[in-house]
Amino acid sequence: MPAALAVSGLVKRYGNVQALGGVDLGVERGELVGLLGPNGAGKSTLVKIACGLVRPSSGQAEVCGARAGTREARSALGYLAEFFRFPGWTSADELLKLHQRLAASEGGDAERGELLDLVGLSEARTRRVEEMSKGMQQRLGIAQALVGKPQLLLLDEPTSALDPVGRRTVRTLLEELRRRGVSVLLNSHLLSEVELVCDRVFILLAGRVVAAGAPTELAKPRGVEIETERGVQVYDGVSRDELPRLVEQLVREGQKVYGARVLTSTLEEVYVEAVGGETD
Amino acid sequence: MFVVVCVLSIGFVALYWLGNRYTFRHVADVVPPAGIDARSFAGSFLFGLAMFGTLFLGVVLAVFLTLGVVRGDAERGLLQPLVVRPVGRATVLVARFLGAGAVCVPYVLGLYFATMAITGAEGSWWPDRIVTPGLELAGGVLIVTALSLLGSVFLSSIANGIAIFMVFGAGLVAGLLGNIGHALNSHGLVHAAKIAAWAVPFEALYQDALRAVTENTSGLTGFLIRLGPFGGAEQGGVTLRLWALAYLLLVGVLAIAGFARRDL
Repeated sequence: MPAALAVSGLVKRYGNVQALGGVDLGVERGELVGLLGPNGAGKSTLVKIACGLVRPSSGQAEVCGARAGTREARSALGYLAEFFRFPGWTSADELLKLHQRLAASEGGDAERGELLDLVGLSEARTRRVEEMSKGMQQRLGIAQALVGKPQLLLLDEPTSALDPVGRRTVRTLLEELRRRGVSVLLNSHLLSEVELVCDRVFILLAGRVVAAGAPTELAKPRGVEIETERGVQVYDGVSRDELPRLVEQLVREGQKVYGARVLTSTLEEVYVEAVGGETD
Repeated sequence: MFVVVCVLSIGFVALYWLGNRYTFRHVADVVPPAGIDARSFAGSFLFGLAMFGTLFLGVVLAVFLTLGVVRGDAERGLLQPLVVRPVGRATVLVARFLGAGAVCVPYVLGLYFATMAITGAEGSWWPDRIVTPGLELAGGVLIVTALSLLGSVFLSSIANGIAIFMVFGAGLVAGLLGNIGHALNSHGLVHAAKIAAWAVPFEALYQDALRAVTENTSGLTGFLIRLGPFGGAEQGGVTLRLWALAYLLLVGVLAIAGFARRDL
């Protein structure tokens, strides 16, 4: 079975500006992949190429084995844009009904109810979009992207307008999608979120992948932390293998050891190291 | 938006009725020059004005419904969720054209027949051809709709709106040049005006519609009427209608091809 998303040697130029400079990236079936990078790194361009909104200058992008942008590829994906708007006069239910028709979904009323329930908008089924908060509209956007049971979900900053509870709802939703075998490419600035839910992350900088792997693989050991009667002490640069010897030495010196743990860098630290402090 | 359109259109029709009432009340007292039928002249002139007003209002409606269909809606984030669906870009564009047409054509026909009924009731004057001129006006508005859709692929909403109204104005100027050419008996000017009107066939359709409403009126009355308001009456016939249809298809194909290549 082909990968949910397979991108190879992808290049995109807007005039003299190179947005993507030969990106290779893959999202396997049922995998949740995070896409990280500073503003202007090419993340949104990559997502837009995958869903056929932007044409690549060269290279290939395939969705479930079909060339990105083709009808087959578009049939297999759901997409939530970073900047989107729905007609204010439509209700949540009407909007989903429209997208069911566009996606040729036969889910009917049951699908709409399930999707609104999934994003916590069951109570707002008949509410007009213009009467919804930005956060509610964003959750409606996610529900819209899920119409027709897509095999690949492309989410471009899906939590940018959400409060902490809303973000938690989305996190739970992403975990549920993984359980159902839906592949997700999540483009987000919220590193803590990506670290919590993603199987793998790709870090883009100036249109190129500068780091890739599982968050645990990317994390580097940076020392150990030992709690004694004198408090918590951090020993930078000490490896996991050296920890028993260090504890033994502290005990020999007459200190009471209450706990010890190996410290690893967070995804944020990995990210900052990879992009070199780049913000724009 | 539709409330505004309805209120303004009712205002237009009411003013047109008032104009007809006063005009035909005084026509009976007017002694026209020899060879001129005052009632036919007044009726056809007023109705010609109404046809121009109808075309203009139809164009305004069409332009405002379509000026931001591609770039404008993409910049607002309305378009992307739709075009990533399997239906595709061409379907979205054709649907928007049909949607705008479904609003504009009944609107134009409604105004056309309402004004005709007013002139008929107030002045007992009816056009020589009843249906064809209305359909030609509606066809002209459909051409402007297609041009506006094509413009929306490449231009921002405001730029597109300005461009389409300028093209519409250019068509109007072509008609006026034709009038002057006829009055001065300048074949060059008439020829140039005809080429310009066919380059933007909504104008040629309007001129053909003007001709059709008085096609059986002859003599001095007929000559003066055909100098008509805002563009003289010119025969287009079947060739023009076929050209208008081909033009519509060509603009549609260009719009679809441009949209297919556009990054959103």
